[in-house]
Amino acid sequence: MIELISESRCVQCSRCVDVCPTNVFDKGEDGIPVIARQSDCQTCFMCELYCPADAMYVSPDAEAAAGVTEESLEAQGLLGGYREKVGWGPGRKPVSAHEYMYQLAARSIP
Amino acid sequence: MTIQEAEQTWAGGLRLEGDVLVIGGGPAGTWAALTAASHGARVVLADKGYCGTSGATAPSGTGVWYVEPDREAREEARQSRFGLGGRLAEEDWMNRVLDRTYENMNRLSGFGYPFPKDEAGRPYRRGLQGPEYMRLMRRLVQKAGVTILDHSPALELLGDAHGVGGARGVRTQTGEAWEVRAGAVIIATGGCAFLSKALGTNVLTGDGYLLAAEAGADLSGMEFSNAYGISPVFSSVTKTAYYRYATFYYEDGTEVEGAGSARGRSVIARQLLAGRQVYARLDKAPEDVKPLLRVGQTNFFLPFDRAGIDPFTDLFPVTLRLEGTVRGTGGIRIADESCRTAVPGLYAAGDAATRELICGGFTGGGSHNAAWAMSSGSFAGEGAAAYAHSLGPLAGRRELKGLSSTTVTAASAGDRSDRPKEHIRAVQEEVMPYDRNLFRTEAGLRASVGRLDGIWRDIRSGASSLGAHAVQAREAAAMTATARWMYRSGLARTETRGMHKREDYPEQDSGQHYRLRSGGLDEVWVQPEPLRKEVAAQ
Repeated sequence: MIELISESRCVQCSRCVDVCPTNVFDKGEDGIPVIARQSDCQTCFMCELYCPADAMYVSPDAEAAAGVTEESLEAQGLLGGYREKVGWGPGRKPVSAHEYMYQLAARSIP
Repeated sequence: MTIQEAEQTWAGGLRLEGDVLVIGGGPAGTWAALTAASHGARVVLADKGYCGTSGATAPSGTGVWYVEPDREAREEARQSRFGLGGRLAEEDWMNRVLDRTYENMNRLSGFGYPFPKDEAGRPYRRGLQGPEYMRLMRRLVQKAGVTILDHSPALELLGDAHGVGGARGVRTQTGEAWEVRAGAVIIATGGCAFLSKALGTNVLTGDGYLLAAEAGADLSGMEFSNAYGISPVFSSVTKTAYYRYATFYYEDGTEVEGAGSARGRSVIARQLLAGRQVYARLDKAPEDVKPLLRVGQTNFFLPFDRAGIDPFTDLFPVTLRLEGTVRGTGGIRIADESCRTAVPGLYAAGDAATRELICGGFTGGGSHNAAWAMSSGSFAGEGAAAYAHSLGPLAGRRELKGLSSTTVTAASAGDRSDRPKEHIRAVQEEVMPYDRNLFRTEAGLRASVGRLDGIWRDIRSGASSLGAHAVQAREAAAMTATARWMYRSGLARTETRGMHKREDYPEQDSGQHYRLRSGGLDEVWVQPEPLRKEVAAQ
């Protein structure tokens, strides 16, 4: 489930409020979105992918809150990363165009 | 509800008029909107979540049933799952879908989808990455001039004696009501996975089936509704295809005999039912394939990386998450090649519609479903645009009324606002357990049907408020109705065919080589629908 919106990283664009398919977030009074309905999170990672500032962390566990802190996530290098792997963001190449996509398909066909 | 009461409440909300209203913004909905717009229709697309991230396709990669128009390749493609699906597919429909999918995938190339290149430098078009695909589709839909309403679930269709002419619902982020009047409505709301949290499926609660049934449409193939995907216990990611590289183990490291991703899922289910945790390890993946796998399905590895597990070398506990009709094949019955339903003005596309036409009683993730979404979406877009244009200039003056089966009132739900939650839990209790849905028996199905009928009566005895609360109440009603069509159809099919497994009738019965239509709200009915002769002959 969505665990964290980093206040130090958030650029207050409210993209996450827009794109969450299950409407988990509310706009915050200070501009930083609020995780208002955490249990509605379906753990699809889309908010993290659309966040331009790598300010969000979705824990893989779909059933229970993990209770993480920004410090521990920073220390483990777990903030952001998915966007980079998918190849979204300035100067990145989308993974969809990766030559491995074809190679894997070629290998998978019996 | 009196219509006047409702009208007063709706006044002040957003009112739009168009030729075609598309409900749902996944692949089927966006192809429908794009195609209708390209045929000159004014189109409104209302998505329950956000068009571009909603639904099962958006978060992950998917194969597509894309086959070169080569005679042998097409024949192989048609035959590959024909038997697996219980011989309920139709050659004509497979051909149409193969043709349109080929065309649409090639168009996606032109629209700028970055297909990878094969060895000869040609674009390789047999798969799509959901985030990239759906972000592009949203952009194309916007560019085509379609009005997109995000976070705008539909609560009821509008209609008159001549058919369907619009819908209304609520904008969940503002609480404002919306109403769209349109000559034709396309339901592209996806299937129903019963809020199981299987990746991307929690917006898929069968809402479109209920909307269609309330308008008088019927369904088909609802017995093919027991798809379960393999996922780690600690994760939502159900990418069952990758488990072809897995071996399954008990806690002590001995192998689970017969377990597998394709035909061995039942073995896993039986162990889990018996209270034995099953573990997996992707130890069949050749060394040189591992880096390819990491790229092919990026988010498959995300949960493992975050949990500090190497799935190629470490054992991890697995479970089976219900995907219901999302990767089953049942849905709204399609009446002709324009993807219209039995109700004038109402069309269905994607997982909301039956996929028996191309894969009978069995499908998996992606592939056929992805092909069906983009082709049925564009068939429905063409059909709906033509129908809307045929209505003439006075169509906008129709007197329409709400078609909801549950009473909708302006009052708040008050002290019973937790009722939908209770109903949802009660339905999940009937459809999630493997020994009720995966391994079906007459006694089990009958008991479930009795309890589901009780839940339905309770829903019908109460009212639902017009605001954001109504969304959950509608989801509860849709899930209950879906489960009732599923299990009544499951009772009627006293054999094992496609993905429908009857413990008490383990063999396929040649006497039941037909489809099952179903429908009804308070009284659910099921009846056999004979296959066309030329189809049955195959």
